[in-house]
Amino acid sequence: MSNRNDSVPHFWLHLFLVFMVLVTVYPILWVLTVAFSGQQALMFVDLPPDPSVLDRVRAVVPWPAQVSVQNFVDVFSQQPFGRWLLNSALVAAATTVMGVFLATTAGYAFSRFRFPGRRAGMMSFLISQMFPGTLTLVPLYIIIVQWLHLGSNYLGLILLYSTTAIPFCVWMLKGYFDTIPRELEESALMDGASPAVIFWKIILPLSKPAVAVTALFSFMTAWNEFILALTIMDQESMYTAPVGLRFFVGGFAEQQWGYFAAGSIVAALPVMALFLFLQRFLISGLTAGAVKG
Amino acid sequence: MARVVLDKIKKCYGDVEVIRELNLEIRDEEFMVLVGPSGCGKSTALRMIAGLEEITAGEISIGDRVVNDVPPKDRDIAMVFQSYALYPHMSVRENMDFGLRIKKMPREEIDRRVANASRILGIESYLDRKPRQLSGGQRQRVAVGRAIVRDPSVYLFDEPLSNLDAKLRVQMRAEITGLQRRLKTTTVYVTHDQIEAMTMGHRIAVLNDGDLQQVGTPLELYDTPANLFVARFIGTPPMNFLRGAVGADGGSVTGNGFELDLGEANRDMAAGMAGRDVQVGIRPEYLRDTPREGSGPTAPLRLKIELVETLGHEVLVHGHLGEDMVVAKVDPHRRPEIDTEIELQLELDKLQLFDAVSEQRLNRGERP
Repeated sequence: MSNRNDSVPHFWLHLFLVFMVLVTVYPILWVLTVAFSGQQALMFVDLPPDPSVLDRVRAVVPWPAQVSVQNFVDVFSQQPFGRWLLNSALVAAATTVMGVFLATTAGYAFSRFRFPGRRAGMMSFLISQMFPGTLTLVPLYIIIVQWLHLGSNYLGLILLYSTTAIPFCVWMLKGYFDTIPRELEESALMDGASPAVIFWKIILPLSKPAVAVTALFSFMTAWNEFILALTIMDQESMYTAPVGLRFFVGGFAEQQWGYFAAGSIVAALPVMALFLFLQRFLISGLTAGAVKG
Repeated sequence: MARVVLDKIKKCYGDVEVIRELNLEIRDEEFMVLVGPSGCGKSTALRMIAGLEEITAGEISIGDRVVNDVPPKDRDIAMVFQSYALYPHMSVRENMDFGLRIKKMPREEIDRRVANASRILGIESYLDRKPRQLSGGQRQRVAVGRAIVRDPSVYLFDEPLSNLDAKLRVQMRAEITGLQRRLKTTTVYVTHDQIEAMTMGHRIAVLNDGDLQQVGTPLELYDTPANLFVARFIGTPPMNFLRGAVGADGGSVTGNGFELDLGEANRDMAAGMAGRDVQVGIRPEYLRDTPREGSGPTAPLRLKIELVETLGHEVLVHGHLGEDMVVAKVDPHRRPEIDTEIELQLELDKLQLFDAVSEQRLNRGERP
């Protein structure tokens, strides 16, 4: 069906792609269905003792018997989910600010200055990324909760998330700063700019794409994280959204899949909004016109 | 206005000596060109004047002040970079007044200076554009404008024209020269292009391998190069060189395939040099098929033509004389044929003699 020398005909290729899209979207459709079902159950169809094929198909198609926003209302009114979202927002926002500030300044130093320990510093950042997070769980618990007494405290979590996010962000930003021509800084130096002015007025405005990616990464690290938050936040009022969600299901009490699904959707919205907002900074060629013709 | 003095300047990167010992005085209001092949240390010298590189040893003064430990911003200089180095996120106007805003200069004064500089350079119509919306030549003008608004006592140019196409380069060459004549600001201009050096500089300093070879006006360098390097570097087409030895009587040079009578002009100088290995230099315009009007005594040389280059106003012929390739200028209306022999006249009082070992110039050879 194709007159080009394609190794895979278009029809089969498209069929495969459609199948993969379904595989990807199916769980999300279920979450939406459960959230808008107004119930707490995962099953909408009670299979008769001797189910027909049609019955079986109805049971796996994500379509609620009735549509209701009751789960969304209840998750905020019956459960302290609003409080948990607020906790998440505070921690994630603070992590982003702290992560971006420390990573930009550190990345700039690693990119531009020669100092003892520069290579070792960059390598140790890299090495810290090689270990699975759970490996550090116990030492981090000892440091944060037993030594610093920051259990069930925003600051403890912010510290943890910042240190997790910063190594990646520093590497990312250092790589970007390296591409900014040094003559720009020398030119600013001749213009009388101090290192601080050069950093804030020349380097940062030119690094918007990298800073946007870094900010998004820091925010998502903090917003989605579960294990660390579960470990050090043991008061219910200090749960973050992922930890709170976990307690709707899998406990000894009744399984509240409706709250879980509705809460998940609400929790996904800020990340999506942030991504859409930062997208406009993710453009290439910001330094076009700086050097050469 | 200020003079710039480099006194026994030395620059090392680790064990590598980039500049050995540079002594150079750039006079007030002078246009000084530093020229040399890449890696000769000319840009490093300029960057040391700017304060962007530390000085390993020696002293740099601008005006009457030693500036070794003065940061770039306090040296009262402005620099135009090879890559222009415009701030891409700022408009042309913001690029030009960035330095003035940092100095907290009053707004009216900033506006006056930007208006003045942009009028001089003809860039008023795109003051609100971003650098990426400009052509290479326009960017170059903005980079120069950024230097002008500062009204410094010294301008530094680091190969500012090397990113432009040939036609624009000629135009900007004239503009920068004219600008310097008008502003009368001491200027240090670095280039690897000897044509730029010859056409723009009041004086030229030729550098090679971290050593200053010669300082002089363009014509001094052209007519009396101090050594083989300067003789080869300055002039297009380059000077011809014939390797040989001074004859027993000191009156001739004999090489592989030629014997050249040195003539009266050089006889005194060559008298005590019998048997010495030398290189005889002669510029192509003094090696012609018909001697120039009013030229001094000539000696004939026969050349087998291997290549003919027609440039319109003149024709260049190339051929081997012994083992050395030589170029001569011939009458454009008598286009010679390849593989034929031609008799050329060599102007004897234009000969340059260089010691084959030390490569230094032997004859005085003042301009006649």
